[in-house]
Amino acid sequence: MTGAETVQVPLSPTMSDVEAMAEAARCLFCEDPPCVRACPTGIDIPLFIRKIVSGNRVGAAKTIFDANPLGASCARVCPTDELCEGACVWGKSSRPVEIGRLQQYATDAVLERDVALYDPPSQPIPHRFAIIGAGPAGLAAARELALAGAQITIYEREHSPGGLNTYGIPPFRLSADVAVAEAEMILSLGVHFERGVEVGTHVRPEELLDSYDGVLLACGLDAGRRLGIEGEDLEGVMDALTFLRMAKEGRARAGREVVVIGAGNTAMDAATTARRLGAERVTIVYRRSEQDMMAYRFEYAFAKSEGVQFRWRLMPVGFVGDGAVQVVRCRQTEADPSGAWRLAEREERLPADQVIVAIGQARRWDLLDAFQVPHRDGAVTVDEQGRTGRPKVYAAGDCVWSGKGAEATVVVAVEQGKRAARAMLNDALSRRVENGVAAEGSAWPT
Amino acid sequence: MADLTVEIAGIRSPNPFWLASAPPTNTGFQVERAFEAGWGGAVWKTLTDRPVRNVSSRFGALHIADKRMVGFNNIELISDRPFEDNLAEIRQVKRRFPDRAVVASLMIEPDKKQWQEAVRKVEDAGVDGIELNFGCPHGMVERGMGAAVGQHPDLIQRQTAWVKSAATVPVIAKLTPNVTDIRASARAAVAGGADAISLINTINSIIGVDLKAHVPRPTVAGLGTHGGYCGPAVKPIALYMVAECAKDDAVCVPISGIGGIATWQDAVEFLLLGASSVQVCTAVMQHGFRIIEDLVDGLNRFLDESGVGGVRDIVGKALPNYVPFGSLDLDHRVVASIDAERCIGCYKCYIACLDSAHQAIAPGDAEARVPSVLVDRCVGCNLCEAVCPVACIEMIPMTELVGQCQVSSVTAHP
Repeated sequence: MTGAETVQVPLSPTMSDVEAMAEAARCLFCEDPPCVRACPTGIDIPLFIRKIVSGNRVGAAKTIFDANPLGASCARVCPTDELCEGACVWGKSSRPVEIGRLQQYATDAVLERDVALYDPPSQPIPHRFAIIGAGPAGLAAARELALAGAQITIYEREHSPGGLNTYGIPPFRLSADVAVAEAEMILSLGVHFERGVEVGTHVRPEELLDSYDGVLLACGLDAGRRLGIEGEDLEGVMDALTFLRMAKEGRARAGREVVVIGAGNTAMDAATTARRLGAERVTIVYRRSEQDMMAYRFEYAFAKSEGVQFRWRLMPVGFVGDGAVQVVRCRQTEADPSGAWRLAEREERLPADQVIVAIGQARRWDLLDAFQVPHRDGAVTVDEQGRTGRPKVYAAGDCVWSGKGAEATVVVAVEQGKRAARAMLNDALSRRVENGVAAEGSAWPT
Repeated sequence: MADLTVEIAGIRSPNPFWLASAPPTNTGFQVERAFEAGWGGAVWKTLTDRPVRNVSSRFGALHIADKRMVGFNNIELISDRPFEDNLAEIRQVKRRFPDRAVVASLMIEPDKKQWQEAVRKVEDAGVDGIELNFGCPHGMVERGMGAAVGQHPDLIQRQTAWVKSAATVPVIAKLTPNVTDIRASARAAVAGGADAISLINTINSIIGVDLKAHVPRPTVAGLGTHGGYCGPAVKPIALYMVAECAKDDAVCVPISGIGGIATWQDAVEFLLLGASSVQVCTAVMQHGFRIIEDLVDGLNRFLDESGVGGVRDIVGKALPNYVPFGSLDLDHRVVASIDAERCIGCYKCYIACLDSAHQAIAPGDAEARVPSVLVDRCVGCNLCEAVCPVACIEMIPMTELVGQCQVSSVTAHP
């Protein structure tokens, strides 16, 4: 296989019926199940697994999608070791039930067969909502609002829905086809999808605030941050999101010797993608130590198993090359007794014909300014329900991620989107009642 | 090495494991394969003097989740091969394996002459014994055979007597469980002169229904019928019936135990409740003859570890402890005890006790998830022990518990 093909082969193929049955039969149907508590979206895991055992695969998918509108994507990308499977009681004396793969088995039945799980709402309600961004948070909110009968428009600057599921997650983890098919399932519930529309450029924010009952910022983050060092514009130096997007679209090429800068989950994704695209040597360079890295342990383990090499406490200070990058100039970092980092004198030169920068993404400052939402260092501050404090403005997903902790996951974004949808609808209903307009339709089921 | 040989009504075999009369003993080819694998005996697939025709399909199975063939049923009849072919094969098998028990199973029209003629033929072929099929619950019943005989003690007695008056080898009457009191059947067989009884034959059953076609399974050209149920799920019924016969003073003949035996432990249970040998079918149909290796090895190790000389020494050892309900001690109490070390926190015991028993298990700390038993509410029913997936619950006598465990307050329960 060529690298371009290898990168598309799913890490985790869908289980066969026989495999799924045997694995599903291991589930104990626990009381007060820890797996459900560990799922940010609260999927009734024992119930969907029991439905698999009874041969009710579509019913199992319905149980999943009820709680998690992006159940098919999450089945593939969730850090299950840290969540449901990490909490499985079998982990104490055996191995946990493979919940993620069973979820994939169940949800694939719906994606593959194009089953309509939800009837269109029988009672439309007059409320109109705008959602900025068709990533996991925006789609989850749209699904919840659509089922409540509201009218929703999603403004998406890209062509396809799905956000990072479609454009950023390595194809061997989640193919764009699955991400888009799942998004289409949500859009088919009567959601109006405005593709290629940039809020602030094509649509004025005030217009949205005037004509909708609520606006959800689910815009995610912006392009990758730059290092701001010498040679960053050389050919062969690119940011991780651009690289991953090209891989997802089947047009990425990996160099022979690739240096990836940064050690978060995106860096691991970029490094493993480069390996699968055929790079001979991929080295992750991180300015701090192994203990400080942001990536999940399993991502780190996976990268190592894919042959990615690691250089700790090494800081790139410049790129050298004649038109195209050839060398990464680095300097060792060391901690002084006060705990601060400083650069060692000696320089090290790593050969590289490709450099992928994965040191985080910029914030959507344009939208923060346009909607005048409170934020902390660019992360929109919200309450538990996604309220920004600005009337009619809500936020969910990566744009509210504070950068601390490792919760910038799809499944967390989905839950935030669900909660924000609930708040948007409740707030809109009570506003209409206050304004003397009889609330039509039903309130959010509580 | 324990002595695994058995003798039942004069029929000897090197181990207590016989193949029951069923599809695995349909031909000489199969029986020879079984003996090569190590089976101690075989009861040939039931022979009759007039040919029968079988249907397609014939078997239905009860699967539970990924566990296949927990129960099994069939609508196959007795041998549909020519009597003479079977006799020739019996002769050949017996020549090759003189130390194994070869028993002919017979089912003949209710006519003394025909029965005796069949007896003469199989004896001439060299069988070690004859088993009378009074149990087959389908197909032959309509012709006054099988369970049609086995459900009427007077017919059992009469036909057994016909056979006994002609036979020179030991005669085993095989009984149907589709009766109200198995002892009546067993007594009738003994009264007719049977040298041994074997039980149970299969149970009347519908194994399932095709949900779309609305037809009972197995389905034959769009229709279904009831068949004979067997497999691991019937073992408890068979154990009960064997014990009832073994306990009965009027049933003074050896018993060959049949019904759901798949492991050596199953076999030991039958032996302890009074069987002198056992017969196996469904487990072979599922796994092949090779299971005999573990049956023999496991039984041998068990006997050695128990310090018992041979199989014969454990026959009926559990019978004195099998008593009528009225003999049970009403003052005896056991309570559940949960081993916190091995508990994995699934709370299955908690919910089982809460919803279906006596609300005697408290969920415990939300983090540790180790449930605790409220001793004063626990009636010792065993439900928690049954549902526990890691066998960390033990039922211990109250007398042993004193001082070990705190008695919880009823009001502490949620």
